[in-house]
Amino acid sequence: MSATVSPASTSTPSERAWALFKVMKDKDLIPEGYIEQLTELMVHQWSPENGARVVAKAWVDPQFRELLLRDGTAACAQFGFTGPQGEYIVALEDLPQLKNVIVCSLCSCTNWPVLGLPPEWYKGFEFRARLVREGRTVLREMGTELPSDVVVKVWDTSAESRYLVLPLRPEGSEHMSEEELQKLVTKDVLIGVALPRVR
Amino acid sequence: MDGFHDLGGFQGFGKVPHVINSQDYKQVFKQEWEHLAYSLMFIGADQLKKFSVDEIRHAVERLDVRQHVGTQYYERYVIATATLLVETGVITQEELDQALGSTFKLANPPHDKGRPAITGRPPFEVGDRIVVRDEYVAGHVRMPAYVRGKEGIVRHRTSEKWPFPDAIGHGDLSAAHQPTYHVEFQVKDLWGDAADDGLVVVDLFESYLDKAVDAKTVAA
Repeated sequence: MSATVSPASTSTPSERAWALFKVMKDKDLIPEGYIEQLTELMVHQWSPENGARVVAKAWVDPQFRELLLRDGTAACAQFGFTGPQGEYIVALEDLPQLKNVIVCSLCSCTNWPVLGLPPEWYKGFEFRARLVREGRTVLREMGTELPSDVVVKVWDTSAESRYLVLPLRPEGSEHMSEEELQKLVTKDVLIGVALPRVR
Repeated sequence: MDGFHDLGGFQGFGKVPHVINSQDYKQVFKQEWEHLAYSLMFIGADQLKKFSVDEIRHAVERLDVRQHVGTQYYERYVIATATLLVETGVITQEELDQALGSTFKLANPPHDKGRPAITGRPPFEVGDRIVVRDEYVAGHVRMPAYVRGKEGIVRHRTSEKWPFPDAIGHGDLSAAHQPTYHVEFQVKDLWGDAADDGLVVVDLFESYLDKAVDAKTVAA
């Protein structure tokens, strides 16, 4: 058969994925409910709203903030936010003259339970290639202009540490509740490409 | 492996296709098959225990370069999983071809058998000035090329240890466990003036590092 088939390019990504699924299914390698359960975690449970809860609590609770910066895994575990790709968590503290940003130049490593699965652009060649070398320019192009006295510090996720950015609490948020503060902390704020803003 | 995947510092790409805080991410899977990529991968790794996540990363790196450039992210993990299941004898190329109705192109074979960690050395300490070993690794390695031979400062040593990727990435289950180090580099030390000023922190396994020789000590 293989002598007569046309080149591989005739099939689509979808057809290839389902072909692998079919081969595994026919061999009874796929446990009942496994794909459904993992998909539920990936789509609904692992979410940047988890990270937003962690950050908002750190903003209002100095003791928790201290724990988050000393032992990010223990701090996130208090919420139940650990799991695959979130087993050794390190929080990166922004300072008035320091902006942290996360990337994985080699693939796509992300703190899944706290930030959610990485978005397309984070896994794209442009971000992976450029952020480590021209971080300030990349942030500007994406919509975040930083003052020249702020140092950009890029964290390349190249081993097992999984990061989240702890941003500065924005001006104008002094009277906001913890629940209101959570809404300021977006996925991009947790990755570090955006700053939290009070509208 | 000095492959296309090692993108840090690669020039010629355009703008990141994203404006901050757009809500695109809320649709986690954009196509009906994308959830299969990690699901089938974890069935192979966690349920069947046929390979490690490190081997998955290496299998993605082994995609033919033109295939790598032309494929979508989740597609590469489907191909990597299929490749490892064939290489470990769980399924066959013929079964894949038959299910697809055409040739299912897998990743290339590995160039190398991997290598063991360096053991028996004292750990590095926070504040140590280190140099990334000037070595070339044909197999899997978690040292982006842009720090090879460069000097940086240790900011953190992990409290946990993990299997050395250059060994377990080739299926060596006896891989030594090592801590990693958050090593801070000056961007100007990596790319001179052809870069924005700033800092880059890379999370490097102990075996990739040596203590830097202080230039002043050498002169004296």
